[in-house]
Amino acid sequence: MDPLSAAAPFTGYVYPNETVFAWGVLIVVYPYLTGLVAGAFTVSSLYQVFGLKRLRPVAHLALLTSLCLMIFVPSPLLLHLGHPERAFNAVFTPHWSSAMAMFGYFAGFYVILLMLETWFVFRPYMVQQALRRKDLMGRLYHVLCLGSHDLSDKAMRYDRKWIFALAVTGIPAAHGLHGYVGFLFGSLKSREWWSSDLMPAIFLFSAIISGTALLIVLYVLSCKLRRVPVEVDCVKGMGYTLWGFVMFTLLLEGVEFGSLVYKGREGIDIIMEFVSTRLVVPFFVLQFAVGAVTPIIILSYMFWRRTAGRALVAGITVSAVLVVFSVLMMRFNVVIGGQEIAKTGKGLLSFPWEIFGREGVLAAASVLIAPFLLLLVIIRLLPPWEDGHGHDKAVA
Amino acid sequence: MGETEQLGKHQTARRAFLACLGSAVAGGAAMAATTAVLSKETRAAAAAGAPPVPAVPGYDWSKHHWAFGVDATKCIGCLRCVEACKVENEVARDAHHFRTWVERYVYLEGEDRARIDSQADPVNIAASGSEGEYRFANRYKDAKVEKAFFVPKLCNHCTHPACVQVCPTGATFKTDDGVVVIDHTYCIGCQYCVQACPYGARFFNDELKVSEKCTWCYHRITKGLLPACVEVCPVGARVFGDLKDKQSPISRFVANNRVEVLRPETGNAPNVFYVGIDKDVS
Repeated sequence: MDPLSAAAPFTGYVYPNETVFAWGVLIVVYPYLTGLVAGAFTVSSLYQVFGLKRLRPVAHLALLTSLCLMIFVPSPLLLHLGHPERAFNAVFTPHWSSAMAMFGYFAGFYVILLMLETWFVFRPYMVQQALRRKDLMGRLYHVLCLGSHDLSDKAMRYDRKWIFALAVTGIPAAHGLHGYVGFLFGSLKSREWWSSDLMPAIFLFSAIISGTALLIVLYVLSCKLRRVPVEVDCVKGMGYTLWGFVMFTLLLEGVEFGSLVYKGREGIDIIMEFVSTRLVVPFFVLQFAVGAVTPIIILSYMFWRRTAGRALVAGITVSAVLVVFSVLMMRFNVVIGGQEIAKTGKGLLSFPWEIFGREGVLAAASVLIAPFLLLLVIIRLLPPWEDGHGHDKAVA
Repeated sequence: MGETEQLGKHQTARRAFLACLGSAVAGGAAMAATTAVLSKETRAAAAAGAPPVPAVPGYDWSKHHWAFGVDATKCIGCLRCVEACKVENEVARDAHHFRTWVERYVYLEGEDRARIDSQADPVNIAASGSEGEYRFANRYKDAKVEKAFFVPKLCNHCTHPACVQVCPTGATFKTDDGVVVIDHTYCIGCQYCVQACPYGARFFNDELKVSEKCTWCYHRITKGLLPACVEVCPVGARVFGDLKDKQSPISRFVANNRVEVLRPETGNAPNVFYVGIDKDVS
């Protein structure tokens, strides 16, 4: 790498070593993916644990989405590491005082939990397919059943018990995983932009809204592609969930920013210069105005006017697209924005965009798209739909 | 220690450094090897439940507590320290990787905030003609300067280092003699430590793909030599020594001056003690 090409231009005074950004767009994608995992799992749990029946059509799609995203969560980290072949050092000989050392355990535990829950949920479908099909796929389903072909009432009751237990355990696991990602940033005292006690909570709630919004988009898109009617009640339920959580996330972010400005500690001058110039478009316009306030207005208006049918679905879907985008901007503004404010508190850096290369935009975009390609494959193997092609044969 | 005696020791040490400068490449390799061996030994000893002992012949790290002093009133901004460090430790010869650097603070008449730059500033690079050569451009020659001074910076080898706290593998650790070092054979290159350091003292080594920082020339101090930057400083602005030795330069520096540390509010408790810095220095 040519050091000069990777160096960031700056104004004011910055420490000489700061001119190379330690974390790039891959580290923007990492918390974004974990957030989507936690959010998607929340939607699944709202049905499995809290009994929100109207979310039934998306519950199993949410579970599969969460699993596919989670499988790819370590990839941005591995691509970023200078020595990915040593990644397991953090697991085998963890340094207990490091927040980052816990990642392997949290992630490992959660992947296993997701796989177990998916297996229990889709076991009846896999058993039926294994018994019915004699081709190669039949053999695959046979293997996936792991020798458990019992579909008696007793066995199904047992399965349901496990699913409930796993879904309940998954709530703190998923939310812990993402709250912990917020802690990774919030616990660093070197940067005023990151160093906030509210950071884990903000990450968590923005995760929930991103996952819920993603599920709305995926569900509506899947219905269009499969040419089946969208269940308006389900979309409306997710719309309500989105509205509530976006309001709360906005409140948290507002409190955090207000508190940062009001406390006005060392370095606040440069932060104010940053937010009032370069951050106006990515932070105030894209993340807040377009990505959060606009959806709130759309959703509030539609709920107030009792909009129904296609118009409601369209409005909620547009809002969801905006929220998915807003949370990506939030991750960007935290990870990259935080590094653009120099540790000296006396200068600003400009992030040097890299398109190609291991940590470039293309690599990050690939990591972001890959889970959805996997999801395309998985939903063919384990259809999560309710209309006679799988879901009804899975454990409800 | 009298000033003459101190100077004498300085000159002796400088001769040793010049001899060493010739074999800088070998020195760098030796340093890497020392660090690696040290950590392996440490791990092996820790596993056996025995107190860790570094594998440097004749060196007992439990008998030392190293510390560093900077007298900013003496620094003339010649940047020999930066040059010596780059050579001694084989640091990339560009404007973005420094184990030590020097900041210049200039207060112009009528301004209440310092204008700050370092040798890595584009104007200073233009003046030196290359990123690999270091000098401060005479950029304020036509301005009315009210106050100006230089501040050398380096890793603070903190008592509670944030970088060590966040390292997920323990590749970076604090030795018994008070130095924060990195095991380059164990570092995974996540750069969490780079983010955690409030002083900007760490950077990523693009060649080795690991984090890197000042070690107070650990390969030299464990052999009784001074860090390269201290060795070459022509005015004694950099002071190094053993706090366990009450007559060492650093013990006397700390005892005889009202010293400050950078960013005490972080709780990191730095072990680089400053004299003659100002309100804008952080």
